[in-house]
Amino acid sequence: MPSVCFYFQVHQPVRLRHYTVFDKNDQYFDDYKNGSICRKVANKCYLPANRLLLDVIRRFEGRFKIAYSVTGLLLEQLQRYSPEVMSTFDALAETGCVEFLAETYYHSLSFLYSHDEFVEQINKHIEAINYFFGQRPRIFRNTELIYNNDLAALIESMKCFDAIITEGADHILGYRSPNFVYQPKGCKNLKLLLKNYSLSDDIAFRFSNRDWPQWPLTADKFSRWVSNVNGNGNVVNLFMDYETFGEHQWEDTGIFDFMRHLPEEILRHPDNDFKTPSEVIQSYGSADTVDVPHIISWADTERDLSAWLGNAMQSNAIHELYRIEKKIKDTNNEKILGDWRKLQASDHFYYMCTKYFADGDVHKYFNPYDSPYDSYINFMNVLDHLHRRCSGQMPGDEFRPAPGNGPTEPLPGSAPDFNNLPDLQPVE
Amino acid sequence: MKVFMLGWEFPPFISGGLGTACYGLTRAMDQLGMEVTFVLPKMVESKYATHVKLLTPGSRTTSSSIKFNELKNVKFHTLSSALQPYTTPDSYERRIEETLRLKQEIHGGSISSASQLITSKDYSNDMYSEVYRYAAMAAELAENEHFDVVHAHDWMTYPAGIAVAAFSGRPLVVHVHSTEFDRSGEHVNQMIYDIEREGMHRADKVITVSHFTRNIIISRYGVSEDKVEVVYNGVKRNGGWSSDETVIDKDEKIVLFLGRITMQKGPEYFLQAAKKVLDVMDNVKFVMAGSGDLMHRSIELAAELGIGQKVLFTGFLLGEDVQKIYKMADLYVMPSVSEPFGIAPLEALDNDVPVIISKQSGVSEVLMHALKVDFWDINEIANKVIAVLKYPPLQMTLRSHGNFEVRRLRWKDAATKCAKIYEEMLVPV
Repeated sequence: MPSVCFYFQVHQPVRLRHYTVFDKNDQYFDDYKNGSICRKVANKCYLPANRLLLDVIRRFEGRFKIAYSVTGLLLEQLQRYSPEVMSTFDALAETGCVEFLAETYYHSLSFLYSHDEFVEQINKHIEAINYFFGQRPRIFRNTELIYNNDLAALIESMKCFDAIITEGADHILGYRSPNFVYQPKGCKNLKLLLKNYSLSDDIAFRFSNRDWPQWPLTADKFSRWVSNVNGNGNVVNLFMDYETFGEHQWEDTGIFDFMRHLPEEILRHPDNDFKTPSEVIQSYGSADTVDVPHIISWADTERDLSAWLGNAMQSNAIHELYRIEKKIKDTNNEKILGDWRKLQASDHFYYMCTKYFADGDVHKYFNPYDSPYDSYINFMNVLDHLHRRCSGQMPGDEFRPAPGNGPTEPLPGSAPDFNNLPDLQPVE
Repeated sequence: MKVFMLGWEFPPFISGGLGTACYGLTRAMDQLGMEVTFVLPKMVESKYATHVKLLTPGSRTTSSSIKFNELKNVKFHTLSSALQPYTTPDSYERRIEETLRLKQEIHGGSISSASQLITSKDYSNDMYSEVYRYAAMAAELAENEHFDVVHAHDWMTYPAGIAVAAFSGRPLVVHVHSTEFDRSGEHVNQMIYDIEREGMHRADKVITVSHFTRNIIISRYGVSEDKVEVVYNGVKRNGGWSSDETVIDKDEKIVLFLGRITMQKGPEYFLQAAKKVLDVMDNVKFVMAGSGDLMHRSIELAAELGIGQKVLFTGFLLGEDVQKIYKMADLYVMPSVSEPFGIAPLEALDNDVPVIISKQSGVSEVLMHALKVDFWDINEIANKVIAVLKYPPLQMTLRSHGNFEVRRLRWKDAATKCAKIYEEMLVPV
């Protein structure tokens, strides 16, 4: 009797504006671009998908359930640019069939670099979800489903979560199936929900691919695959980006119709049902413990961190970002802290990825830069300026060209010394 | 496949990318087993005196042949002519005068011996008639040759290509490495434009070195789209193999401009950007390697901007000196206003020097691991120069990916594509 557990990731970063070394103000973000992307995605995805799912939930009177993880960065932008999306999320929350998950408010990789910052961001997100949707999340998902044993231990120590969601990567499961509830190694109470990446990606990536032998994917075909799990698992975890609906898969691929008909096809089989993550862990005990000593994620085929930290630029940028944490926090300046935190969104590092750059592919999606190099340069210029703000040294004068043919001034000494980097490793 | 190829320059007689391209292409064709007869105008010039002796051109209508050991299937013919690439009619005249003067110096001012070698009667006084004289000589030469196709590189050889193709009845390919619009902006020389246009229209196929140039051919020369094919240049790899492991210990970063100092190459944007960089960074030197008609203007501009002490002019560099300058450079900048291809950035990457290239270039179509700028955007050029100099991880990533990327750009592929184009032309329709 497989339960189907849908969870959708809903996120947009706050993109930087073109910021050169000659820029001197603290307007780092491109309000125009962020507003227009937010409104575009709202119209193509968030609004139609929310309305559709609201409709389906009402139609099935409590038998269709879903979960969302909406980042704080997106909540802020929706309030500002697309408040109507906020009211549809609110309506979804009111149905009682929708669970909201917790993550880092800023969709950050902070777990890898600063546990203090990590915990602060989770708490901030819990407060935001509680404020907007009246729920205190009990399930945690980390940015990009990044996970290892240490993360589980840290989350358990927070004492406010029942389970973590992560990728059902083959190399951590071995012969085992992702369709059970597991327990992280070393945890007493915490449970683990693993993404069934095969069935999830059938919807998220392959749905409109005409070269795929299973194309076209229909609701009844997919529900047959789900029912096949019967007897060999308790739950099918379908985790995906919410932008699958209308953005990654355009409306004309039939993705909305698929989603409209899927619940009734799944429920046609009397053994099947839909559950939220919290209901799943209440219904099913843990089948086994899963040991994940090394970090996994849901990205690319490697399921590792290489999409964000795979090259020298990425690792340099993120090291420099977390290196100034104390200075930032010592300023007690909310604006500076907010700017610093917005820079933590994993997207900024994703844009710097050179892995598939030459081929051009999924990494390009929503990418505001022509090249990973441009994104690194832009990020570092902003970071450099931010760093100077917290040194109390307001930039400006030192960048003014020396008058006439006078001597040129060197860069101020307070700039981070990128030539002399101690070996800063991610915290374990 | 036998190819009758008409060119302007060939190593070591080069002044720019064209000679490098002809060398790379013919070498790859040679390796593919294609037979190439390469005809080039060779002015009797003192700079390469030993080589000139080797050629020993007799009368003006006899051609001389030389053979490169490494090129088995390529035969060279040189025709005595004052044709040089990248010349304007003015500089052509100056060159003629200078040659005469040099000859006189070499031979102790003995007018009689100089006149034996060369007299102004041997050389036409204007470049256009020289182009047609070259055409006549090439056609004469072609009579004794057997070949399948005629392949002409850039405008000076188009009339020759047309003539040879007409005499022999073989199809003509014109290979566009640059156009008058690249060289002269909007102030095109009408006669050159007419020669280019006629060559392109009379040709059976037009090969361009980029889509950037293909668009110019289609929009500015009215050539029909299906006739124009893009064959990207390759790069001859020699970087990283040098035994000279001297690490240059220097406190100052070096930003390099390498190319002809002409309007086309955007030297003033390089200098304007240098000024902006120097406003915020001190330990940088800007090196301009090359010569050209804007050299004096550029020296003056550097002085006017107050950065004269930070800008070095090396003059035109060849061979080992080029390798040396690449070894010293931290960054190569090509701010070309209109660059049909641009082989130099590939050579820079091959020598482990990261590059900033103008978006108005053909090479930006094939390079992903390069920083790209609009040539006029001096703020952005400076921004990127500073970033490369300031952030070693950026330099490192650009260098390693770029060097790897360059390996994929091979002359062999260019030669193969040319061969395919020849074969398609030779198939009777």
